[in-house]
Amino acid sequence: MTTITKRLLFGNEAIALAARNAGVALGTGYPGTPSTEILEYFAEYGGQAQWAPNEKVALEVALGASFCGARTLVTMKHVGLNVAADPFFTAAYTGVDGGMVVVSADDPGMASSQNEQDNRHYAVAAGVPMLEPSSSQEAYDFTAAAIDLSEKWHIPVLLRVTTRICHSKTVVTPRWLFPPSDAPKFRRDIKGRVMIPAYARPAHRRLRAKLAEIAQWAEDSALTRVIQGSKSLGIITSGVTYYHVREAAPEASILKLGITHPLPIEKIRQFAESVECCVVVEEGDPYLATHIRAAGISVDSKPEMYRFGELNVERVRRILANDESPEPQPPAGKLPELCKGCPYRPVYDILHRMNCIVSGDIGCYTLGVLPPYEAMDTCVCMGASIPVGLGMRHVLPPDQARRVVSVIGDSTFMHTGIPGIVEMVYNPPPDGHVVIVLDNGTTAMTGQQEHPATGRSLEHTPTNRVSIEDVARAIGVKEVHVIDPTREAARFEETLEKCLQSGQLSLIVARHYCILAAPSIKEFEKLTQQQFDFQCAPGGSEHYGE
Amino acid sequence: MASDTVNVLVAGLGGQGIIKASDIIADAAFRSGYDVKKSEIHGMSQRGGSVSSDVRFGTKVLSPMIPRGEAHFLVLCDPSQREVFWEYLRPGGKIIAPDMVPAEALPHQKTLNIALLGVLSIHLAIPENAWLLAIEANLPSKGVEANLRAFELGRQKGAGVLEKTN
Repeated sequence: MTTITKRLLFGNEAIALAARNAGVALGTGYPGTPSTEILEYFAEYGGQAQWAPNEKVALEVALGASFCGARTLVTMKHVGLNVAADPFFTAAYTGVDGGMVVVSADDPGMASSQNEQDNRHYAVAAGVPMLEPSSSQEAYDFTAAAIDLSEKWHIPVLLRVTTRICHSKTVVTPRWLFPPSDAPKFRRDIKGRVMIPAYARPAHRRLRAKLAEIAQWAEDSALTRVIQGSKSLGIITSGVTYYHVREAAPEASILKLGITHPLPIEKIRQFAESVECCVVVEEGDPYLATHIRAAGISVDSKPEMYRFGELNVERVRRILANDESPEPQPPAGKLPELCKGCPYRPVYDILHRMNCIVSGDIGCYTLGVLPPYEAMDTCVCMGASIPVGLGMRHVLPPDQARRVVSVIGDSTFMHTGIPGIVEMVYNPPPDGHVVIVLDNGTTAMTGQQEHPATGRSLEHTPTNRVSIEDVARAIGVKEVHVIDPTREAARFEETLEKCLQSGQLSLIVARHYCILAAPSIKEFEKLTQQQFDFQCAPGGSEHYGE
Repeated sequence: MASDTVNVLVAGLGGQGIIKASDIIADAAFRSGYDVKKSEIHGMSQRGGSVSSDVRFGTKVLSPMIPRGEAHFLVLCDPSQREVFWEYLRPGGKIIAPDMVPAEALPHQKTLNIALLGVLSIHLAIPENAWLLAIEANLPSKGVEANLRAFELGRQKGAGVLEKTN
């Protein structure tokens, strides 16, 4: 147990500390703003933390560990749960032995995301309990509560946080938590763990029975709090919005929901009846309002315009005043851009000059869409660049099809890029295709995390390395080139031109270290005396330029 | 409910140490016994774009975000961001801007953020020692000495400005 003194912690730090203090044996995840630092802090506190190639794999690794009685923590950003949804839904059926907390870090307002989906819907859809902390203290306490809940009902628990929980520092008193679980061991439970239809049907019924019990428990849980105030106005809220509400309406009575699935409906009904006017104030979709009304409870809710973006004190004041007048637009700040000296700049310069149709992907390199390059035509989700590019190639007339290029980063390639290469080899478009892997040797966007192609673990220590070019060759891509686009811009352009003309399936790895990450990567290499023995292509350098 | 919460908005461009400066303010306030919240955005917007961080401290802080028009101080690490964040300042709020410390007197251009904290520190009820401890705790050891000098420079300049306005 870490010493019990007050500390000023990010929500992400508090989650990690609670997980560590609660004896979580394994933390897995994939980097994604605003969730990334949770596992990094967990490792710093001495926990075993691992980056998985993607969120689905992360959740499955954790599930295996939790089947054996180990406590686990799985972290991801909101869109990561889309990737992990498959195991997530059925893990609700199988249940777990060791407590399993799945953290979904949502990004209302899209500070660093492609959408602002509200993952509270996932708790309902999958049938798992969901907790929503309002501060770093609650991030700590609710992580522990989630583990407790998970073990009591043998069910994964969703800890739903948002940007302003993850990336706000607030004061935390790390309380004593329960002792570690028993040492992991295998327990055979074929009917509980093998989801063939005959075993899954009763599993679904068991899940619903658990949720009914948890709903009952939620009614009297300390996670639900009433702050007594004026009887004329009552506000139902959760998450960081609770504090915006306290500040915007200090006189109001508040029902603060800590568990938001299943909802403590009777508690909500009593509260709504105890005040003259009851308003639901929530960020994102009208999740609470919809479910509360479906239970036959009459509440007011926010106007539709406040579904978009983050809430704050000012917007909560407007909601309470039912003010639907246009909001003042904040002056536009300076847009982000590719760093000066970013090795991807020459690539985008060439793509721009060659007038390519670029199917892009998720990472810093998405900034290639902005002037002066404007060299990206689509960006949807992790890994989509290759299949979307293939779809275009299948239907476009040949003169346009031959200009289509898929551009994907190194970490994104490992995440969900590989199935796109399989698709390309299996269903080749008539005029071939060209994939450029922008390999800067790190997951740059989220703050320089390692991934399978760097050959270093989450804590930057050496591990096995997965070679991008070898993977492509093994899948069956015949034309594979590795070029440093900074040192050999002319050769890069020439090779791209040839590949586009050839009508073959080709993959070009544009390899040069991220300008921001290069000093630390060199440091890690020195510390670990790590030397990768790259297999060099004829005429090509497969080493990273610096 | 009367609130004694002090709101400090730190703003500039990616790479200017905005987040680091706000970490130090928050830590110094925390060491002085205040309730503290600080909030910011990480990720894509930080790549060379506008960056800001909200620090709030007092007896009891509620929202982690400073409402528009309620910042007591706007610490600007880049003059170009004045327009963008101007509206967060309350009437009578103070701007701490780069022209308050002579660039040539800075130990290093990268210490501007800390020098501006020196100017800010004159206005806040946070003991100097809490600032010094916060700077030491939040910066890599090899940079501490230069940053402490920058902080002291900012404090002197800030005191000078204060005298003039009084």
